[in-house]
Amino acid sequence: MNFPKIDLNKLKNEGTESVTVKERRNFLKLGFAITGVYASGKILSLSSTYGVAHASEGSDFVEKYPYNPHYSMVIRQSLCIDCEKCVDACNKTNHVPEYGYRTRILTRKYEGQLDKKVEFIPVLCNHCNDAPCVRACPTKATYKDPVTGIVRMESKKCIGCKTCMLACPYDARYFSAARHAIDKCDFCWEERLSKGETQTSCSAACPTDARTFGNMTDPENIVFKLVHQLEETVWVLRPEDGTKPNIFYMKGNMESVDNILKGQKFKYSDPAKS
Amino acid sequence: MEIMVNISKRWGYHGVDALKKASPGYLMLMGAFALLAVAGAAVGLHGMVVGYHHVYGVSREISWGILISAYVFCVVTSTGLCIISSIGHVFGGEAFMPIAKRAVFMSIIFMLGGFCIIFFDIENPFRMAIYNVISPNLSSNMWWMGTLYGAYLVFMIIEYYFLLEQNHSLSRLMGFFGLIVGIAAHSNLGAVFGMLHGRPFWYGPYLPIYFIFSAAMSGGCAIMFVTTLAARINPEIMNQRMERAMKAICQVTIFLISTIIFFTIWKIVTGIVSHEKSIVIMSMVTGDYAINFWCFEVFLGMVLPLFLLIRSRGNNFPMIMWATGLMMIGIFFMRYDIVIPGQMVPVYHALGVEEARDLIKYTPSFHEIMAALFGLSVICFAYFAGEKMLNGHQLEKHEIVPEGGYICPGCGAIHFMEEGETEEEAMKRHHKIWY
Repeated sequence: MNFPKIDLNKLKNEGTESVTVKERRNFLKLGFAITGVYASGKILSLSSTYGVAHASEGSDFVEKYPYNPHYSMVIRQSLCIDCEKCVDACNKTNHVPEYGYRTRILTRKYEGQLDKKVEFIPVLCNHCNDAPCVRACPTKATYKDPVTGIVRMESKKCIGCKTCMLACPYDARYFSAARHAIDKCDFCWEERLSKGETQTSCSAACPTDARTFGNMTDPENIVFKLVHQLEETVWVLRPEDGTKPNIFYMKGNMESVDNILKGQKFKYSDPAKS
Repeated sequence: MEIMVNISKRWGYHGVDALKKASPGYLMLMGAFALLAVAGAAVGLHGMVVGYHHVYGVSREISWGILISAYVFCVVTSTGLCIISSIGHVFGGEAFMPIAKRAVFMSIIFMLGGFCIIFFDIENPFRMAIYNVISPNLSSNMWWMGTLYGAYLVFMIIEYYFLLEQNHSLSRLMGFFGLIVGIAAHSNLGAVFGMLHGRPFWYGPYLPIYFIFSAAMSGGCAIMFVTTLAARINPEIMNQRMERAMKAICQVTIFLISTIIFFTIWKIVTGIVSHEKSIVIMSMVTGDYAINFWCFEVFLGMVLPLFLLIRSRGNNFPMIMWATGLMMIGIFFMRYDIVIPGQMVPVYHALGVEEARDLIKYTPSFHEIMAALFGLSVICFAYFAGEKMLNGHQLEKHEIVPEGGYICPGCGAIHFMEEGETEEEAMKRHHKIWY
């Protein structure tokens, strides 16, 4: 295909006066938009970020807490001694049948470490902000509670297709024959929280305070304090699935954590006192 | 009674009389499938009464077992029959036209068989009918899959009615809607697996795409199997036109098997480099699922039929029957090898905990196998009954030629003469591809 040849030198200069005001503005707008995109809004981010809670660095799984109270649990892994009192308390409170469980404690063994040979990891429903089970359920039988963010079940709607069991990356669900529906952890909403209690049965039963339960939107709450510090690493399970879980993990028998709980900001904040 | 006579004339429906004339061996075969279906239903109902968790092999971790595999097998075949038959009676591929009636009939039957199986897998099937309607979750693939397959079944039944009525323009329209809805439903079934992002073996766009190609392959295989088997039952159904159709479907199926081989090779190769996937892939290549994979999925499902179909040249019907019959078994294992291995890796495997160290095992229980056989025997029973009662899906030759039409001696179909046209001229016009 042949294109007509254009000799630019022979073209008549139209001059800037032929460009209308409107066109000029459009051009400027375009320029600003492009610059703005490439600067990722950094230049003009003058709005206050105060009040938007952020978890510790590197944990982009929490940006903000959309619920109030935003229930959450911090598990201080190294405090867990595998006594299984939490599992027993959960089974008793929520009438969990023998063939199922809502929470369990996993065991990780190590060889060649100097301090420990075994570590216990309690797991339960992560009450994800982007819960895959909620998306997968065909009949909205499982849903995010609009107030508390707890992932709950409306048993009468459950058709028992078990898609949610496979969608869950935390193995938090099982089919309960007694309920004729999938059963899962609801942070003891039915049995305790809705009746005015402030602790789940597992966190109340934990003798070492490995499980701490609370409201993430309250800056005075223990779970808020444990998550919003830079001294100790906080992580979640399977972050690669992008589910924005609400169960946080940390080690937890460290001095810095004690200091956080005592209300101090840094370990050596006041050398004169120590 | 008069209505029955009319239907018989218009649809080629022979009814129970045809069964009375059938040979004792044929009736015994049908009886065996009926018995198996009743036994399967009884065992399934027993499981429902005592509670599936007592009698089924599925567990908390592997919650979809052989029943879901069998369901997938049935609906894949159903969609495939719809796809292959639509080449002819929706898109006007002349060669594919003679198979339409049998393919649509079997597509409906396979779908119903699939529903029979899923009935015994879903814990509360009756709730599904209510809450699928009044509490739909539009972001759920499961909801779309169920709803679209319901619509698909309705379209296919209407289409089949119009095919019987010889109303080809409406059957074509319904076939088109059925095809669109069927493909949407079927790719959603792939997405039910493919959108579970906690399961790396399934996650991704691979499964919805694979499912469509795999369905077309299963459809080609199934229609060749049921047609060659029908020719054994009633040799009259074979005529020049049908032979040409078989040849065309054989070619398409060879192409589709090659496509699935290509898909499978790349699934294996890409899977090996990802840690969690490679555990599953290795269990298929060298581990517990090696026999399933190599003997059934690869050999019976792809390599042997590919070889035999090429050898058959599309006109050696006994060879096609054996190739596609064995291939149906292979395809069943193909479905099983998608459903079960996808759940074998525990979700906490990467955490390195003791509880999630090993792959999770699953063995189908007696109750599950019987409930799956319930649906499969319903399909077999309906097939054999249909071949007799619907006169091999042909029109009655001597009784019900519509006015202005005649039976083409070459192809066995009904041709219509235009004004002032002789039979010979009409035949030439219909078969201008040949002459």
